[in-house]
Amino acid sequence: MAKRKAMSKQTLVINPVTRIEGHGKVTIQLDEQGKVADARFHVTQIRGFEKLCEGRPFYEMPSLMARICGICPVSHLVASAKACDAILATRIPTTAVKLRTVLNLAQLVQSHALSFFHLSSPDFLLGMDSDPARRNIFGLAEAHPKMARDGVRLRQIGQQIIEKLAGKRIHPAWVVAGGVNEPLAVETRDQILAVLPEALQIATGALDWFKTVLDQFREEIRTFANFPTYFLGLVSPTGELEHYNGFFRVVDSRGNIVADKLDVLNYADIIGEACEPDSYLKSPYYKPRGYPEGIYRVGPLARLNIADRCGTPRADQEWAEFRELDRGAVLSSFYYHYARLIEIIYGIERMEQLLQAPDILSKHVRAFAGTNNPEGIGVTEAPRGTLIHHYKVDDNGLIVWANMIIATGHNNLALNRGVLQVAKHFINGTKIEEGMLNRVEAVVRAFDPCLSCSTHALGQMALQVQLLAPDGEVLDELRR
Amino acid sequence: MSQAVRVITLTMDGREISARGDQTVLQVARENNMYIPTLCHLTGLARVGSCRLCLVEVKGINKLLPACVTRVEEGWEVSLNSERLSKYRKSILELLFSERNHVCAVCVSNGHCELQTLAQTLGMTHVHFAYRYPRLAVDGSHDRFVVDHNRCILCTRCVRVCDEIEGAHTWDLLGRGVNAQVITDLNQPWGESDTCTGCGKCINVCPTGALVEKGKSVREMTKQRQFLPYLTLMRERRW
Repeated sequence: MAKRKAMSKQTLVINPVTRIEGHGKVTIQLDEQGKVADARFHVTQIRGFEKLCEGRPFYEMPSLMARICGICPVSHLVASAKACDAILATRIPTTAVKLRTVLNLAQLVQSHALSFFHLSSPDFLLGMDSDPARRNIFGLAEAHPKMARDGVRLRQIGQQIIEKLAGKRIHPAWVVAGGVNEPLAVETRDQILAVLPEALQIATGALDWFKTVLDQFREEIRTFANFPTYFLGLVSPTGELEHYNGFFRVVDSRGNIVADKLDVLNYADIIGEACEPDSYLKSPYYKPRGYPEGIYRVGPLARLNIADRCGTPRADQEWAEFRELDRGAVLSSFYYHYARLIEIIYGIERMEQLLQAPDILSKHVRAFAGTNNPEGIGVTEAPRGTLIHHYKVDDNGLIVWANMIIATGHNNLALNRGVLQVAKHFINGTKIEEGMLNRVEAVVRAFDPCLSCSTHALGQMALQVQLLAPDGEVLDELRR
Repeated sequence: MSQAVRVITLTMDGREISARGDQTVLQVARENNMYIPTLCHLTGLARVGSCRLCLVEVKGINKLLPACVTRVEEGWEVSLNSERLSKYRKSILELLFSERNHVCAVCVSNGHCELQTLAQTLGMTHVHFAYRYPRLAVDGSHDRFVVDHNRCILCTRCVRVCDEIEGAHTWDLLGRGVNAQVITDLNQPWGESDTCTGCGKCINVCPTGALVEKGKSVREMTKQRQFLPYLTLMRERRW
């Protein structure tokens, strides 16, 4: 092995990456000296939803597209329904907008809770270098039962709100083109309002704790995809955090607004899509800067970087403190976790505001119309970032073309660069140590990518790392 | 009932039953609250016996007989739900599912579909035949209705209701065997049909999500079939 090592370049493969949603792998290219030369993150599955929906009636699209994902079906449901609203060319009832927003926020809460507590907190509480067999939600439940219980409970609350509103936790059919198909019952509203204080208590408790341990992760904060990029997302017309409606805003790494109040219908003017041969995930970039200089990030970190404030009391306080972390925009992707917790707080507070609106119980929740527009674009903020659904239909309302830019896709360039940054910092020489590789995985996890947008991996998934010679011979291997 | 009709006695699943000689096995079973699965059959429409789900066993007769079109005979010992029948019925359902693209999860009739209900009732858990995945079009040319051939099981209820009750005969069958397809008029888009009156009866008798109202989202399509025996009865009296 020593002989080979001296004469050849080698590749480390992490396949699959664990505790993320979907299937991906990382390859790390080592040079003759065993130093990291390059690192890439690959998405190894193909879904093909844009193709298989062709020929379907557009009003079936929300439920069809929701099947893209089992974690964030609501995001696809809502973005798709918005695209269908545009095809109906009708203004949907304001109560329907509010109800859809509550549903979207409930999902934000449950998805963020899953990412923080179930998938990532084992790294924070048990340590990046701890035994991988126990570095999961079950190990967490033994060592820190309260944290594990809180995480499960918070996610449960989010899921139950979705179930109460939409009739089903996963893939509900409540959101339809033109609005929602059932008004909110007063008992349901009261039941949801009753559980929100407990959710807020868990979220604020977790954030307070997380702030106290940040110091232990200085090295990770410094190296986890910590570089200047643009940040993109939706903000409300008044510059507040927004997940359902609003305009695009782009800020640079110094926190300066470079583009604002961009109509979401013109997304193609600001977002270009490049394809890489080794990944099924497209690489979107900020068009005015070109590829790959137009690297940008979306998601919780980006949303907090672009907004002027959150718009709810407790979240606003936390947001102000968060923005003090950096002079311009907050750049380290490790802070995605931090941003996620603030967004959970915002989501809970905002749901409460919306559910207390006087018209939330209105029976007028759906607009009816036919195919009035041959094209529709729907944009929302999914837990992982900006989600765009764009459809074209024929005269009979059948889909002839569809394009989707999924939240995780926006972060593809940053994810790749982040993997390289972490690999360069933590991997040295050809001796593989599990903890080093876990850090490479952890930077991927910080983005909370939803690669399949359909499956989720948790706990004891096989992690296989091979050290390969150029002829394919396995020189060293590590298996969980 | 004509005076010539005899009263006969027979057994169904070991139970002694008396019936009129002009009744079918299915009618007698239903009168006595005994279950036989059906799919192409719909009370109020002509009987075609094409789906074969209602096959029953009669002691002494080697062939399985379709209950919806078989008259009862004196002294028959009929089995409605033997193991052999259950196996055949499941196979029939599996063949129906494998023939076209039945994806319940994203179907407008999910939760209100006779094919889905039968699969659940008869305990069909897997499809053991290779799916054919045909590429079939959706015709959305009608103002109010849509036909999705992916979900059609060729039961011909639409053809019969349109012909026998509405009197329009817009629907018919084109092709044979696995290539058969329901068509409107002379295989032209539904929206261009000269004969369709837009009455919606075909939508309501269709057992699956093949014929549906336009604009219905997933799970939203429910069908009203109670009108059918009433319509048939009223027309019989008037004519």
